Amino acid sequence: MKLGIKVNVGISQFIMGAFIICLLILSSFLGMNTPSLISDSIVRIGMQMIFVLAMLPTIQSGIGLNFGLPLGIICGLVGGLITVEFNMTGFSGLFTAILIGIPLAVVVGIFYGWLLNHMKGSEMTVGNYLNFSVVYLMCIGWMILPFKNGAIVWAMGEGVRSTITLDNNYQQILDNFLSFSIAGVRIPLGMLLFDIILCFLVWMFMTSKTGILMRCSGGNPVFGASLGINNDRMRILSTVISSVLGAVGIIVYSQSYGFYQLYTAPQMMAYPAIASILIGGATTHRATIINVLLGAVLYQSLLTIALPIASEILSNSSLSEILRTLVSNGIILYALTKMGGKKI
Amino acid sequence: MEPKYILEMHGICKEYSGNPVLKNVDLRIRPGEILALVGENGAGKSTLMNILFGMSVIHSTGGFKGEVLFNGEPVRISSPLDAMKCGIGMVHQEFMLINGYEISENIKLNRENLKKNILQKILGNKLGILDRSQMRSESLAVLNELGLQLEPSTITGTLPVGLKQFIEIARELDKKNIKLIVLDEPTAVLTENEAEKFLNCVKEVSRKGISFIFITHRLKEVKAYADSIVILRDGELVGDYSTESISIERISELMIGRTVNFDRSVDNDRKFSEDYELELKNFSVNMPGEILKNANLKIRKGEILGIAGLAGHGKAAIANGIMGLYPSMGDIFLKGKKIDETDTLQTLLDGVAFVSEDRRGVGLLLHESIETNVVISSLRVYNKFLRRILGIKFYDRKAAKNFTEEMIKRFDIRCTGPSQEVGRLSGGNQQKVCMARAIALHPELLLVSEPTRGIDVGAKKRILDELVEMNTREGTTIIVTSSELAELRSICDRIAIVSGGEVVGILSPFDDSYKFGLLMSGITDLGEKGESDEIRD
Repeated sequence: MKLGIKVNVGISQFIMGAFIICLLILSSFLGMNTPSLISDSIVRIGMQMIFVLAMLPTIQSGIGLNFGLPLGIICGLVGGLITVEFNMTGFSGLFTAILIGIPLAVVVGIFYGWLLNHMKGSEMTVGNYLNFSVVYLMCIGWMILPFKNGAIVWAMGEGVRSTITLDNNYQQILDNFLSFSIAGVRIPLGMLLFDIILCFLVWMFMTSKTGILMRCSGGNPVFGASLGINNDRMRILSTVISSVLGAVGIIVYSQSYGFYQLYTAPQMMAYPAIASILIGGATTHRATIINVLLGAVLYQSLLTIALPIASEILSNSSLSEILRTLVSNGIILYALTKMGGKKI
Repeated sequence: MEPKYILEMHGICKEYSGNPVLKNVDLRIRPGEILALVGENGAGKSTLMNILFGMSVIHSTGGFKGEVLFNGEPVRISSPLDAMKCGIGMVHQEFMLINGYEISENIKLNRENLKKNILQKILGNKLGILDRSQMRSESLAVLNELGLQLEPSTITGTLPVGLKQFIEIARELDKKNIKLIVLDEPTAVLTENEAEKFLNCVKEVSRKGISFIFITHRLKEVKAYADSIVILRDGELVGDYSTESISIERISELMIGRTVNFDRSVDNDRKFSEDYELELKNFSVNMPGEILKNANLKIRKGEILGIAGLAGHGKAAIANGIMGLYPSMGDIFLKGKKIDETDTLQTLLDGVAFVSEDRRGVGLLLHESIETNVVISSLRVYNKFLRRILGIKFYDRKAAKNFTEEMIKRFDIRCTGPSQEVGRLSGGNQQKVCMARAIALHPELLLVSEPTRGIDVGAKKRILDELVEMNTREGTTIIVTSSELAELRSICDRIAIVSGGEVVGILSPFDDSYKFGLLMSGITDLGEKGESDEIRD
């Protein structure tokens, strides 16, 4: 347990890294704007990092990948919408959104964990379907929530808009904070720092007594029971942390993106994060902060760099979205087939 | 001419990856004879039967040496189907009956009487229609033969356990060519009355010329019903007697072995005060496969108590029940204070430590480092190996590493260092890690289950020495549950015997071997009852 981190990074991660560097070199030969490609991928890494981080607690506690991440995301969206409703701007708006989102996510996380404790062994399936159900339930919810602000509700009819712009609130406020450019590459330092701080907090938690016992309970529940650890409570704690990270994550994501996306948008947000942590070398029952960092970097830069190059070469505009879906679901499928520890 | 023996097995040797499990075993059965095959767990009885039935586990591990003659002729049995064709049948310990089927369907399973129809002629027997009336009348005939008043159309699942065993034997008897039936602990799940009825029935059938191999741990039944007895110990044939010529005591002694010259590493006549470290009153544990009923035990402060018994008889349940890992009833008193066994953390805080018999399943975090495995209990229970920073308890890597290195040295754990994954260690070294974790707790009462199971001789000695050391130096009271009687006798002050889910007696390690064997097979008139308060010295 050196540093509380065990590096289980394999040769495949190195190959992928080398592949990305090759792609970057190729892009400059194709006459593409390489610095802007790098900038794009850094922004995407920053946007997605917290979602990837949210996978860590549930893996540690033995639940596995958190397919129910959108539950937390919806809590963050509600918090965000409330700040827009009251026309809050700047950092105070951003942090108010986070502060409203967190308690909601705690409540939802407790409910989610309680539900998963009743369905041990099929948490990932249950999480997936719970995700779908809740996202669609909230499609009704968005229609009837009593928002009044003209920036949120449809100009005609009832309900909230499907995308809500943050132009006048806190668009890119973290991205721009302390940001700078080197050799044409823009570094959104504020957002990256925010990500790193959260990673550090989670890492601290994992090296605290509770964190170590959570890993122990997740690694072998019977062993946990023989030490008098309440396994169910540990699992609930992990879903709470994961949901809170989901809520914070969507606010950070949206400020960078410039919009809150509602209705069915959160439904697919867990999958890139799942693919990322798996690409970073994690398995469904073992993961570390290193896997999170590495995974976010590899997956996002692979997609943001490789896909424009692919469309450049094949000149087919719809290719990138197809490939994105193919790659992320392919990785998840591959990792799930390895779940039982059997070779395929 | 009828051959003298229905089955002869000559010079059977078998090894699993270099470990000999059967050494030159001979077995002969006359027609109509009931032969009892007795021996402790792991003596080689199942392996011998697997060879007889040509089970794939034998052939996939390199076959066996020796010769099998059936009806006087050498046979090659390479699959259970071959055995069936020869006329060898088996009645299993676990019921191989389909509860939703009626009795006649179970008896006729896979040998159903069929009515002819057109589809069957085109597509083969699989599409035949069952001739139920024929099946029922034939089943009824077999049941009557066994003296059973049962309607063949009854659903099997509704029968009491005692009767199900009869259905199994009826199924074997219904096979027309059956000559030899192996009974694998048929009476284990039966009450004494049912067992008697069942065995009388077996005896009756054997008069018609069908032979039986009767595997059991109940020596009384052996004495009463078997014609001859074959005793195995550690894969060797140690006795082949006719039943009249041998006493139960002698059978038991041969089973256990004359290990009188065990090395004691503890003083022989230690005196203890009458302070009880632990008391169990009417303690029952519902541990699947190891059920314990109404155990009463008192363990004195500072002693080493052994718990012996056959697998599946409930000895493992005592320690697991105290730790609250399985639901239990009854009272546990620790130093006179009643404890709530469901509150495992409080039990640990009260100074109890537990080393599980299921090392890989319960005892270790296989994917974690040696360091984590060694310190985790003390970290959990006593907040050791933690540093407080801003009021939050963080892992203290340095202290944990130092302590683990100390333990690695003390136990001679063969590893690359404290950060090596425990799953990659050998069984013996894994057990040392488990022991190190228990020691880190400095327990007042240590529950150790199967401390030497599946580990090499060197590690065994190391672990037993360590137990004695803890006991003599720190005054730790120790309860050792083990299948290795010789080891228990080398370190324990007293040995409790568990049989059939009950504590049937407490013996001194110096008692004669046969007494252990008798108690383990459930014969209690020689040892004193566990309930009695007196303590034998």
